[in-house]
Amino acid sequence: MADTIRFKIRRQDRPGAAPYWQEFAIAYRPEHNVVSALMAIRENPVTVGGERVAPPVWESNCMESVCGSCSMRVNGRARQACSALVDTLEQPIVLEPLSKFPVVRDLLVDRGVMFDSLRRVKAWIEIDGSWDIHTGGPRISPQEWDLNYALSRCMTCGCCMDACPQFGTDKAFIGPAPLAQVLLMNGHPTGKYLRAERLHAIMGEGGLTDCGSAQNCVRVCPKDVPLTTALAKLGRQTTAQLFKDIFGG
Amino acid sequence: MSTAKPTAIVVGGGLGGLWATLRLVEAGVAVDLFALFEVKRSHSACAQGGINAVLDTKGQGDTIWQHIVDTIKGGAYLADQPPIKTMCEEAPGLIRTFERMGVTFSRTPEGLLDLRLFGGVKYKRTVFAGSSTGQQLLYGVDEQVRRYEDQGLVRKHEWWEMLSLVLDGDGRCRGITALDLRSLQVESFAADAVVLATGGLGLIYGKSTNSSNSTGAAASRAYQQGAAFMNGEFIQYHPTGMIGDDKLRLMSEASRGEGARIWTPRKPADPRDPKSIPEAERFYFLEEWYPAYGNTVPRDVASRAIWKAVKHLGLGVRGEDRVYLDLTHLPRDFVLRRLGSIIDIYEEFTGVDPCETPMEIFPAPHYSMGGLWVDYERDAAGGMKHGSPRNHQTSLPGLFACGECDGAYHGANRLGANSLLSASFSGRVAGESAAAYIKGLSRVTGADLGPVFEAERRRQEAVDEDLLASNGSENAFTLHRELGQIMTDKVGVERDNRSLDEALSALADLQERSRHLSLDDRGTWANTSLPYARQVQDMIVLARVIAAGARLRDECRGSHHKPEFEMEIPEGKFPGDPEFEDYVTRWKDQNERWLKTTVARHTPQGPEIEFRPVDTSVLPPETPRDYR
Repeated sequence: MADTIRFKIRRQDRPGAAPYWQEFAIAYRPEHNVVSALMAIRENPVTVGGERVAPPVWESNCMESVCGSCSMRVNGRARQACSALVDTLEQPIVLEPLSKFPVVRDLLVDRGVMFDSLRRVKAWIEIDGSWDIHTGGPRISPQEWDLNYALSRCMTCGCCMDACPQFGTDKAFIGPAPLAQVLLMNGHPTGKYLRAERLHAIMGEGGLTDCGSAQNCVRVCPKDVPLTTALAKLGRQTTAQLFKDIFGG
Repeated sequence: MSTAKPTAIVVGGGLGGLWATLRLVEAGVAVDLFALFEVKRSHSACAQGGINAVLDTKGQGDTIWQHIVDTIKGGAYLADQPPIKTMCEEAPGLIRTFERMGVTFSRTPEGLLDLRLFGGVKYKRTVFAGSSTGQQLLYGVDEQVRRYEDQGLVRKHEWWEMLSLVLDGDGRCRGITALDLRSLQVESFAADAVVLATGGLGLIYGKSTNSSNSTGAAASRAYQQGAAFMNGEFIQYHPTGMIGDDKLRLMSEASRGEGARIWTPRKPADPRDPKSIPEAERFYFLEEWYPAYGNTVPRDVASRAIWKAVKHLGLGVRGEDRVYLDLTHLPRDFVLRRLGSIIDIYEEFTGVDPCETPMEIFPAPHYSMGGLWVDYERDAAGGMKHGSPRNHQTSLPGLFACGECDGAYHGANRLGANSLLSASFSGRVAGESAAAYIKGLSRVTGADLGPVFEAERRRQEAVDEDLLASNGSENAFTLHRELGQIMTDKVGVERDNRSLDEALSALADLQERSRHLSLDDRGTWANTSLPYARQVQDMIVLARVIAAGARLRDECRGSHHKPEFEMEIPEGKFPGDPEFEDYVTRWKDQNERWLKTTVARHTPQGPEIEFRPVDTSVLPPETPRDYR
């Protein structure tokens, strides 16, 4: 039917509760994306069966695919819901929460583990303090900038983590997104002062070697972060670090 | 009540809040950082084009004084000038600090910071990171805050919403109450000082360039508890918003800085494909009307010019509310390298490649120049005194504000790429100033404030309980749409007193209706309808401040435009010409009456407004803005 947009939404009332499905239909508008459609549903949350229910819960903020909030599975694929244009999607549009993070409610998940991982790998540059020291940072060539900028566009949205067969609540693997940040920080002229510590953080269990090279991560990344290239480069860094650790130097 | 270690609460985790957090921690103050979501997802990430700082590395002879002048005149002299002076002077130092944090600024072939041109300016002064500068700056400070979090100096409370301030008997801010957005528990939190960094209020206009959490609700709550709100009527329309059904996504001013041109067909409702319209039949109205600045006039000027071309001359593309933003004449490689991420956004949402086909844009509500009133202390050199606890303190002692939620720096119109600067700078200053304030507090205050905290917590909890139990006839989502419609139709680019009176009465009605809500979700776990309903109520209160200020201000200044009171520069006349000089005299008379800060105070009947003098000690208003 062209005059409506149909949705099938996976609901879950709270962590640990049994999931269930509900279907909704809203009036067709050509410019709808999944988030704007969810907004239309929440204003009048009536299922196709005519039952008035609690509106579906999800997370969104910027609406332009730069904040990383609204990640969910749309027709089976992890992506930003705000840029999932209804006209490009097969109906009924099936919405599910990201599959690798604990569900808080409905489409809302807890991605805290990604931020914990950023702490674990020290994804920052050590500076003396955030006051002016009357000198800037080191020079960076435009060529180095190309890779750094591509890596720094990661918005911790979790799509790559959802697509990764090695990542999950029952698995130790740290996942592609935090690993790419290790490469970014290690590549910076002052960031590399913590290089050994970061590499050690990803050399043990759940580290880089848990990557199964499925390459799903790079295919779903909404920001085209060169994840597989980054992991390959990191592989060379950890190997070098291993030799250093054994033979010194 | 004596605390062993001083603590501060920072509400909001965008650029302003994170900078305040860093400086508080570095002054030995432990920080409790509250945010509606993971701070890395804050609206600062949406800023695209860049951040202004005079580096003068392009051989153009740019100066810090010129940055000060451009900012003051860009804001039509309405901002107090000492803070502007200090902000512009310290901008290069902020950039150096960001660079040390590892922010991926775009580079020259020599590996140094590159600069681009922005609006309201004649020199390249804007440092940038591709076209996602806000995202990159935000991530830089996010990483530093995470470093301090790792050391136990910052405690993050993500997924918490501030509901109110806790004020003691002297009206001093001693903490906040907040709602756990998952468990819906209301709790109170004590601190020696509170910093609000809660961002903009674009959602009051329904559709805007803002993120869907930029409601202004937190600022509204502080205002309702007594904090003064300044210059509310000054709302910036960004000239180049994408046309959208759900959101007016931003097309950065950087596009024009890099050479994009705005035009519309000379023939009304010309049905031809834009690429087949010859040069002579295209109306590059900004270049024609403002030859000195062309496509990079300030935003208020550009938005009104587009408004005039479309609404008054009837020259919108295909007769609709839109004109072209055209960069198809620029080399694709160049465009992708400098503007890649905004090109992606346009293409993602419209399916059109801007390198091949001109973009279609129209002005969109974008930025609130006004905000919570904040103080400053002037130093001997005429700037803002370093380390003074008065800086960025609101009218409530112990409560500080920074970033878009404060009303300093931008006067009647903000220059492009000055918002990332003011957000960062004011956050830094507010952190330093809150730390200085805490040092000056007597450590032993005696009185036990326990009952005060519990009473406020209980009051907020009761509001939630009432809403969850309410069986009114109104739907919060519908009310929000109506609010947006009122503000867009009657408090927009062009304003008139009749429409403003209608807006004020419609808003009063809306406020009454907002007391009779009914929620579809009455659950007590991660219920998002409940906090939204409260935000809508608070948005309406702030909308009344915006509309009331606009109604009272009978003049044109920056973004506030009432054609009835327009005083135009005589056409073709320049300084030295008697007609121009006569205009300057009339302009000065107008300043006598209207060069005043609008200060609103909350009363149960609505805002009470007074006008206060502006500190123009740095650049007295002798020459009007003139971008021709």
